[in-house]
Amino acid sequence: MADGSLGLWTVPLAVLGGAIRVSTPFLFVSLGECITERSGRINLGLEGTLVMGAMSAYGISYLSGSPWLGVLAAGITGAMLGALHAGICSLPRVNDIAVGIALMLFGTGLAFYLGKPLIEPTAARLPAIDFGWWSDVPQVRAALRINVLFLIGIALAPILYWAFKTTRWGLLIRTAGESSDAARAMGYSVLAIRLRATMVGGFLSGIGGSFLSLFYPGSWNEGLSSGQGITAVALVIFARWDPMLCLWASLAFGGAAALGPALQSVGVTSGYHLFNAAPYILTLAIMIITCSPKRTLTGAPAELSITR
Amino acid sequence: MTTGSADPVEAVGVAPAADPGFLQRYGATIEYILIPGAALVGALATFGLFVALFGKNPLDLYFYMYQGAFGTWFSWQNTLTRAAPLILTALCTALPAQLGMVIIGGEGALLIGALSATSVALAMPWASPLVVQTAMVCAGVIGGGLWITLAGALRQYRGVNETISSLLLVYIGLAVLNHLVEGAMRDPASLNKPSTREIGAANMIGSIPGTDVHWGLAFGLVAAFASYVLIYHTVFGFSARVAGGNIRAAKIVGLGVNKLILTICFLAGGAAGIAGMVEVAAVQGRTNANLAAGYGFTGILVAFLARHNPLAIIPVAILLGGISASGGLLQRRLGLPDASVLVLQGIIFVFVLASDALYGRIGFLKGKS
Repeated sequence: MADGSLGLWTVPLAVLGGAIRVSTPFLFVSLGECITERSGRINLGLEGTLVMGAMSAYGISYLSGSPWLGVLAAGITGAMLGALHAGICSLPRVNDIAVGIALMLFGTGLAFYLGKPLIEPTAARLPAIDFGWWSDVPQVRAALRINVLFLIGIALAPILYWAFKTTRWGLLIRTAGESSDAARAMGYSVLAIRLRATMVGGFLSGIGGSFLSLFYPGSWNEGLSSGQGITAVALVIFARWDPMLCLWASLAFGGAAALGPALQSVGVTSGYHLFNAAPYILTLAIMIITCSPKRTLTGAPAELSITR
Repeated sequence: MTTGSADPVEAVGVAPAADPGFLQRYGATIEYILIPGAALVGALATFGLFVALFGKNPLDLYFYMYQGAFGTWFSWQNTLTRAAPLILTALCTALPAQLGMVIIGGEGALLIGALSATSVALAMPWASPLVVQTAMVCAGVIGGGLWITLAGALRQYRGVNETISSLLLVYIGLAVLNHLVEGAMRDPASLNKPSTREIGAANMIGSIPGTDVHWGLAFGLVAAFASYVLIYHTVFGFSARVAGGNIRAAKIVGLGVNKLILTICFLAGGAAGIAGMVEVAAVQGRTNANLAAGYGFTGILVAFLARHNPLAIIPVAILLGGISASGGLLQRRLGLPDASVLVLQGIIFVFVLASDALYGRIGFLKGKS
């Protein structure tokens, strides 16, 4: 293969690179939402959390010069928004879906407000590890420049799978999600379990947002996230609340999202916007195929409001 | 406020409360006004605090907000112009809410309605303005209506959660709009901002005489009143509320729940579709990405604040239209970013939802019925 003349091979390569690069926010948000939903609550506000995470990561990285401090700040911001969601939801007769919509608006609004002065400056970005050193082809090298966060995310999926299955915390979260009465009978506070689960979910989503502003696309602007957060929430349903399936689904969605830019790079420009909508169309199609009006989804936490 | 109802001081504080029949009759209504009102005041106070953190005077903030929203005839017109699409997109959330559905895809129905209306207008250049305008309204209703009906049908026949599907449809609708506007329907003359061709000055619906407020406001008011009559004074609306309250009971008494859901979703989407049509025929004159101005998302907030009551939507839409109208003045006079309106909307939404916990718990309104 002579370099530079890859022809149509550019497309699958770019999709592979995209699957690795674009999937990371999907992965973190979906794993976070997986924890929250397993505890019996849905947080639709993760779209706002993602944008707030991106903004605070960029701001802290710019002020401190350390991108990892930015990642931490994004996580803490996300956890705080998660605590807000859980706090309001623990009031009687408050609908968790509506609170999610409210926090989606609040999070994006607050991020745009506080992020106004951050559009101009450039912040220190996260480093990447070059896994493509063995290749001479620039496209391959570009596709294999992998961020550490992606590796953490990949490691996190099996850890969560294991934790849900075997640890005390995993069991508690699942109990709260399957039957709040059972958890209460065991002497645990369901609200406290859900508060922690939502905070952890927000923490991970915030980190997903930091990836957007600190690695790819790697800057802060108001069009940074266009529905990745909400797609990731839908993705959890598609993945049947299984962290390992969340991983594969995120990779598939990353690839789908990279399809538009990849085709554009080889000169296929018509339908660019439709290809950009591929993740949403894919989500909708998958939900149509996997859902059924007659039975609740297998693996769905019984306390979850959208499946009852 | 949550002190016991036995407290005599409270009863004296509210003069008409001396008559127990008054509270029995109007207690719930007072609650519906008092609690969202208190939530609104709480949200404004919180926003004032937030702005004070950035070194701005909250009193200035409230003054300029009032000035920008309701202070002058000019700002009133600005407010009403913004309220018009909000009434219509709020109906898109409020109507399905009667059936217990949470639809948040008003923005998508608005875009598709605008796109359909524009297409129809461009397809019939020979027709007289009145014919074109009528066709645009129909196309807007059908386009937006079918868009939300899709979400309703997916829920009813496939069990797909309508909240998530309607939101995904917003992004898909935006992509379809961008695709057509930059491709098949693009006006070659629109270089910087890809747009469709203009529908023509003769086909614009214009302003209500004596004002700068366009006729979209009339569309909104008519739609809100019609929805109110439909929901509260017809058999259809009654069955919809029965189905929303208890779907099994509705099925047992033989109501066609599928038909109810699809019809309500069509009407809901149709309302948002008219909002799109109005934005084209009264403001933009063409379809382009400017239409995605967030009216659909603010409409969700309006519907929740109005507790999904079609009549209450009108004053709430005017209030929120006022808040967004004051954004420009806040930017110029106080140097606040344009996103401050979004922050305030988010805070209001959070407060309104949290205030749901208060219903039936306010001491002096409780326990008499």
